[in-house]
Amino acid sequence: MNLGTRKLLDRSFTALGIGSIIIMGLALLVVLVPIVSNGIGALVFRETVEHRKLLLSEFHRGDAGDLEKELVISNGYRQKAFDILAAFDRELEQMEPERQEVYRESYEQVRTALRVLLGPLPGEELPELTRFRYGQTRWDKAEEKLHDLLYEQKWDYSNPDVIAKPNDVSRASIFAGTSLVRLFPYVEENIDRMMMPQWTIYWGFITDSSLDSHFFGGIWPEIQGTIFLAIGAMIFAFPLGVIAAIYFTEYAREGFLNSLLRSANSTLAGVPSIVFGLFGLAFFINTLHVSESKSVLAGSLTLAIMILPTIIRAAEEAILSVPKTYKEASLGLGSTKWNTIMTVILPAALPGILTGGVISLGRAAGETAPIIFTAAVSVGTAIGLGDVLSSPTPALSWNIYNLASEHEAAAQIRHVQYGMVLSLVMIVLLLNLSAVILRARISKKLKG
Amino acid sequence: MANALEATERKQNDKSTARDIYLPPERKKVSGGGAPHVSAKNFSIYYGEFEAVKKVNADILSKYVTAIIGPSGCGKSTFLRAINRMNDLIPNCHTTGALMFDGDDVYGKFTDEVLLRKKIGMVFQKPNPFPKSIFDNIAYGPRLHGIKDRKTLDALVEKSLRKAALWDEVSDRLDKNALGLSGGQQQRLCVARTLAVEPEILLLDEPTSALDPKATAKIEDLIQELRGSYTIMIVTHNMQQASRVSDYTMFFYEGVLIEHAPTAQLFTRPKDQMTEDYITGRFS
Ligand SMILES: Nc1ncnc2c1ncn2[C@@H]1O[C@H](COP(=O)(O)OP(=O)(O)OP(=O)(O)O)[C@@H](O)[C@H]1O
Ligand SMILES: [Mg+2]
Repeated sequence: MNLGTRKLLDRSFTALGIGSIIIMGLALLVVLVPIVSNGIGALVFRETVEHRKLLLSEFHRGDAGDLEKELVISNGYRQKAFDILAAFDRELEQMEPERQEVYRESYEQVRTALRVLLGPLPGEELPELTRFRYGQTRWDKAEEKLHDLLYEQKWDYSNPDVIAKPNDVSRASIFAGTSLVRLFPYVEENIDRMMMPQWTIYWGFITDSSLDSHFFGGIWPEIQGTIFLAIGAMIFAFPLGVIAAIYFTEYAREGFLNSLLRSANSTLAGVPSIVFGLFGLAFFINTLHVSESKSVLAGSLTLAIMILPTIIRAAEEAILSVPKTYKEASLGLGSTKWNTIMTVILPAALPGILTGGVISLGRAAGETAPIIFTAAVSVGTAIGLGDVLSSPTPALSWNIYNLASEHEAAAQIRHVQYGMVLSLVMIVLLLNLSAVILRARISKKLKG
Repeated sequence: MANALEATERKQNDKSTARDIYLPPERKKVSGGGAPHVSAKNFSIYYGEFEAVKKVNADILSKYVTAIIGPSGCGKSTFLRAINRMNDLIPNCHTTGALMFDGDDVYGKFTDEVLLRKKIGMVFQKPNPFPKSIFDNIAYGPRLHGIKDRKTLDALVEKSLRKAALWDEVSDRLDKNALGLSGGQQQRLCVARTLAVEPEILLLDEPTSALDPKATAKIEDLIQELRGSYTIMIVTHNMQQASRVSDYTMFFYEGVLIEHAPTAQLFTRPKDQMTEDYITGRFS
């Protein structure tokens, strides 16, 4: 190969490499940007006075006096809207039945839209579900609901050859000629006085329990559950894995049984996680009865079995990469094998062992399938440390799936779902980052 | 054999020979030494079926320096490592015959190899300090054997480093990582580390092959210092080195101990033609 072609090859390979890295970066960006921007929205948003009301009455946070003053102003503006409703109620009563019929349905829609926006209307009973007791707590949602109040969505079926399209029809035009027509410009004009939006950082999203299945409140039970499960898995898997790795590398004699065990370990590392989930249910819960039904304990054990092969492999490699000369030196000084392992080999292998451990911890935190049948519930409160043996727990991974697929009001609480995704990503990223730092630190100490 | 050494010393002073370069320096008799410290009787070492060291019969005399020379692959390291049972690390390595240390069978059923290695220290070809501080490196052995008291350890570390002629160079940075030392310093550290356990025998497997001439000279000086206090066995490819530092020399060829004699004699009047060929560089 002559110099020209060689250079050309080198260049094109460099270009190829850079190209693939850029594509990878872009893909990552496409995934991360919405996660981060939407996820942040769960924490940083414009909260309405409804949110402050909610925080005070449900979480006992905020200043009652300040809220009282705000409510006086807000209710003043709301009252005018309610007055318009009352006036229209009277007007409706005096109409002939045929005309009443014309407005009845549309009027119900208006009342509903206003209820969704501002909370229960005057004279109505306090609803059973918390989600109906308050108006919109987030300004971005309030603006959406305002639109629903101002316009009715009509489907245009006029042309049978094309798919029907929704059409916004102004409600003001529907109620033209009645007293209700004043309501729409009034609410549109004064919505921010009624809602009083303020930028806020809602740390409670991380530290609060959820209210009314994630309609309000935070995701602390999920975060805590994830931490419990991951740490629980580590407590079982890490010591066991390291001991197994020491056995494989230092004690096991090369032979049929040993190579069988090793390949079993490798195979185990590749088993799909749902299989571990079913195994956990069948073995830990149905056979061993570690708990009545789902529990943190059963979930941790299942996750532990899942990450065990990875920990063993990482620890094995770390131990094998310790120079043989260290071992010789130690044994040559009259050290026992056990002592050599504890004082020389393990300390030198520690960076690798810990890296494997932390990466497994991240995996345990992120996996969904193993905990579906063994530990996770979709809605629940944070459990105490004393309950881990018997209680199931919500967990981020499972609840993300649940919110996305099974929640009855998924579309209304997307921000919670994104917030959970971001939290999970952050937890895993932080764990991996700490692995990198830990490794660098210990390696530096070892290298001097 | 101690007498044989004296005899050659005298003779060597009388007449000079053609191979001046290998002439060992004048050797003084060591007081209290000369008893067989390690004795091999029909001692063979196998790797699986392969007999790497064949039926060796030899007495290594206490407090003297014995060099082991021979072409590559002749079993020098194997023999040396057999003395403190470092070969136990190799799965299919086994021995026949007898190897006695102070009258006890090294490979006896009830021999505690850990205790044995405490008494027979080893320094390897490549300096292999632990990735710990200089202090912790030296204190590793003593701590292992139960010395916890800081004062005692301090004293022991200083004593060992002084013996290894390293104290002056590292006394101000005992808490620094040993891997930061130069190769020669590291090797002397390894010697100091071995000495800290207070062994009776020092096994050196090509201790200077990874070092530059200056560091090599320091190690050789060190061996001279330690001669008389420890029984020393040194494997070397460098015949000048063997003649400079040792009192006795063993010449191995393909696992067979061809000749074992006082160094002066072996290098001036070898009994065996093979030895003659090897030391004159006719093969290597
Ligand atoms: N672990 C082992 N397994 C099998 N054979 C081995 C092993 N170690 C050494 N041998 C063989 O034993 C013989 C002696 O090896 P040894 O290392 O003792 O030689 P040496 O004299 O020290 O050589 P060098 O001067 O190159 O260090 C060689 O033929 C070598 O191939
Ligand atoms: Mg060798």
